[in-house]
Amino acid sequence: MDTYDSAGLTPRQRASSGLKDYFVGVTPLQKRLESVRRQNSFFPTPSRRKILQCSQLQEDVDPHKVAFLLHKQWTIYSLTPLYKFSYTNLKEYSRLLSAFIAAEKQKGLAVEVGEDFNIKVIFSTLLGVKGTQRDPEAFLIQILSKSQSSHEHREDKVLWTGWFCCVSGDSLLETVSEDFTCLPLFLANGAESNTALIGTWFQKTFDCYFSPLAISAFNLSWMAAMWTACKMDGYLATTEFFWSVPCSPQSLDISYAIHPEDAKALWDSVHKTPGEVTQEEVDLFMDCLCSHFHRHFKIHLSATRLVRVSTSVASAHTDGKIKVTSSSN
Amino acid sequence: MMSTQRATKNSQVRTRISQGSNSFQTSLSSWEVKQKSSGSKLNSSMEDSKHPDDQPEDDLQRAVKYFEKGPMKTLRSKDKILEKHLKTVENVAWKNGLTPEAIDILLNVALSGKFGNAVNMRMLKYMIPATLISEDSVVKAVSWLCVGKCSGNTKVLFYRWLVAMFDFIDHKKQIGLLYGFFFASLQDDALCPYVCHLLYLLTKKENVKPFRVRKLLDLQTKIGMQPHLQALLSLYKFFAPTLISVSLPARRKIYFKKSENPWASALHAVRLRNQGPFPEPLKLALGPVNVRFLRRKCNSHSIIPVVNSGSYAKEGGEKKMNLSDCLGGSSSLPLEQLQSFPQLLQNIHCLELPSQMGSVLNNSILLHYVNCVRDESILLRFYYWLSQTLQEEYIWYKMKNCEEGKEFINFLDTVIRAECFLQEGFYSCEAFLYKSLPLWDGFSCRSQFLQLVAWIPFSSFSEVKPLLFDHLAPLFFTSTIYFKCSVLQSLKEMLQNWLLQLSVDTYMQPMTSSPLETTLGGSMNSVSNLIDYVGWMSTIAMRLESNSTFLLHFILDFYEKVCDIYVNYNLPLVVLLPPVIFHSALLSLDASILNQLCYIMHRYHNNLAAAKKKELLQKAKSEFNFSSKTCKEFNHYLTVMVGCLWTSKPFEKGDYFDPQVLEKTGMAEYKHSLNLVHHPSLLSYAASFLLQESPEERTISMSSIRGKKWNCYLDYLFSEGFQGLKLFRTSSIRCSSVSQS
Repeated sequence: MDTYDSAGLTPRQRASSGLKDYFVGVTPLQKRLESVRRQNSFFPTPSRRKILQCSQLQEDVDPHKVAFLLHKQWTIYSLTPLYKFSYTNLKEYSRLLSAFIAAEKQKGLAVEVGEDFNIKVIFSTLLGVKGTQRDPEAFLIQILSKSQSSHEHREDKVLWTGWFCCVSGDSLLETVSEDFTCLPLFLANGAESNTALIGTWFQKTFDCYFSPLAISAFNLSWMAAMWTACKMDGYLATTEFFWSVPCSPQSLDISYAIHPEDAKALWDSVHKTPGEVTQEEVDLFMDCLCSHFHRHFKIHLSATRLVRVSTSVASAHTDGKIKVTSSSN
Repeated sequence: MMSTQRATKNSQVRTRISQGSNSFQTSLSSWEVKQKSSGSKLNSSMEDSKHPDDQPEDDLQRAVKYFEKGPMKTLRSKDKILEKHLKTVENVAWKNGLTPEAIDILLNVALSGKFGNAVNMRMLKYMIPATLISEDSVVKAVSWLCVGKCSGNTKVLFYRWLVAMFDFIDHKKQIGLLYGFFFASLQDDALCPYVCHLLYLLTKKENVKPFRVRKLLDLQTKIGMQPHLQALLSLYKFFAPTLISVSLPARRKIYFKKSENPWASALHAVRLRNQGPFPEPLKLALGPVNVRFLRRKCNSHSIIPVVNSGSYAKEGGEKKMNLSDCLGGSSSLPLEQLQSFPQLLQNIHCLELPSQMGSVLNNSILLHYVNCVRDESILLRFYYWLSQTLQEEYIWYKMKNCEEGKEFINFLDTVIRAECFLQEGFYSCEAFLYKSLPLWDGFSCRSQFLQLVAWIPFSSFSEVKPLLFDHLAPLFFTSTIYFKCSVLQSLKEMLQNWLLQLSVDTYMQPMTSSPLETTLGGSMNSVSNLIDYVGWMSTIAMRLESNSTFLLHFILDFYEKVCDIYVNYNLPLVVLLPPVIFHSALLSLDASILNQLCYIMHRYHNNLAAAKKKELLQKAKSEFNFSSKTCKEFNHYLTVMVGCLWTSKPFEKGDYFDPQVLEKTGMAEYKHSLNLVHHPSLLSYAASFLLQESPEERTISMSSIRGKKWNCYLDYLFSEGFQGLKLFRTSSIRCSSVSQS
């Protein structure tokens, strides 16, 4: 009956809580929090990362939907686990969310759930967008504006898109109980006011918390290295880096573009261990680029801040904007 | 020429009006003051209504005043004046809207039936708010409906007005309480459509009651399937699907017609006005990362969400509401209604949890509930929310300067209050500290951070040290004495919290596990390590601050907690204070320090005695032998103290000083110089004691205090507040040995 007792665990008594008959069940929660504590204590910056095999992604992915995610600029947010989110209720959520948006837009005019508005919200799962088998399915939300005219065939215009996903979140999943769905990454494309509206609804409905995710210069250089390493078949865009010099009144940006094949050659010369990338390699790669720049312009890029990286595969900005252009990776 | 001047003046006035109304500060009292000041002008313009400097603002005031007073029967030109005032108000209303105060008065007038029906209707038609309408005005107006002074048409128009203005009413709580009254008005056929609309806007889940459903269905059979009724029914059905079995058409686009609304265009203007004056503040592109914050837009009011029960998830997930729940009326209690602790106890089984767990922070009753509830998902939800919020708000705080920082500091204060309330630290706060302490400047949010440190839950010291102390110690050593004192203070509180937690744990399950340490021994080890570490910090701090008395007070405060662990918390641990602290306190120039030291030694004595006694009683069982080293060390301290203060044989047994060195200093009677009479901190007491004894004496001899006088002197000291010394004497000095050399 009582899961804690049956598990043979002893309850932890809270200090002077006064209500001694009630208590927090010890261990499931405690363990989780403990592991969280541990995670915090040792900053999880691995010195080496394995290159992911995209088997999962390839298997049962809907190419149409993936294409849909490409070539768009996404603003990324981190998200705490969703409470009582259920994949079986997606239809219901569509209904509620569209009613919510309509209500917010018209501010207070009576709105009936299920009534017709000129917007439509669609929840759908994104099969296969995940890192490991254990990761929960990603899902996509689209807000479409219905065309006012009666032509049925006309395509609805997409106003806003956002998707939630979890890629290789094993370490995070450990701390999550079954009431929660852990999709720590949220990507949004569209008007910020819509993002805010939907964020509000999610926060209210699933008791989660959105926070914007900035990509540090450190991670940007990792991305630069890993994306440079990708094999590209078709169109090659220049590999471009942006460094920002913090000075007032306007910051000075330094753009550094190189031919993708040169970048690849440099990476290949630096990259030794097959199958994984190490911190040293990434550092060396960036150092080479910087010293090359210094030789020509006598500017130490290491004294400035890397704010943007763009390659043929994808581009990322330090303030959490990301764009993926190639599907194969 | 004249006309242009007037036009500019008018526009100035208008901007003034709109500014005033936007800031919600135009109160009636200020109106009256203005009216008094311009009283003479007002009178003159009363006589000559075509005065060129006529100001619409004054006119409006006058008109409102006129309506408030009611028609004067003696006046001959009554209709004309009425018409004039109606026009004035109408113009202002359509141009700029009316202030909440004006609406309050005019609404009262319109529904009280002071004027004729036509006037009432006309007034209702121009009741357009500048910004908002106060809830009280509406409640007052509704109360007029009961008196029966206004005609059916006025009532209809009033309901229509209410529906149209619904969004501009500042609060709706009181109006929600009138739900029953509005519902009863459904019976009036003329009112029915508009009341339906109003109810449609007002209905909350808790308003849906079986008797109301019955009433609505009755009404439907009576008047047929009307769109407005259908709307209300479908809303009821949405809230309580089990109560309404009538099938309603699945789709219906328009329940209530919008077009016949006489205020439509004015409302649009009001809406624009309400949105207008809050432009987005410019954001500078400087600074580390210019991230737009989602939260700023999501919930712009406060960091902590509002308590709100009944999440969508619940409604969406388990759609079937229990019929018996609905009928019995004992369905779950919405949190908004939870007001008192007894109420919590009565409803503890059927509380609807808040949709956002973070909202419990502001609600002490809910904190009680969260504290005792078994559901771990509640705690996890709270944990996730708090962790993220702390982190993001801190980044925000760091980016912005103090203006915005206040919000974060207030938030931290709220969190700390909740921790104090629950007597328990939150894991989120702990994690937050570990993340942010390495980057902390020791200045921003200092008091909050240190209070959070005090609430770090117990964990093994070896784990806490690299996360907390390794970052705190450098700040401690390099900061001012005040910072050092506050750190010591919060470490004292942390120790106390740990001890409390451990003592309750061991009380509940003697000698078995606390959650984090496998054995009590392990836990005690951690506590002892903490004390040692603080001892080490204090020792260095004493040197850095050149034996500051102020600092020493805080250090001794810490040891006042330490010395009592065995007796107060029933935990098998006695850790002595380090020699540097002991000697600094013993040789201090401050009498209160000496007194405090005496008290601490007295408590150590009691604790050690109690521990020894227990050890003797259960010799076989006892796991925790106090090392003889502790006892030895304590005895040594004791000997030194007694030697210095009482027997005037300082430092005889230890090998601190070579007596020859002391003799070389030329002090003939160094042996006496640390006893209770000559001790530097007590010298002034001895002197005033002697002066009290024999006030006429010109020269006083300290060494005269001996024998019987010594005891008198001691009594004098005790009467001066040296309670620590008194306790120390009773516990550590046998009366026989008091005899003075």
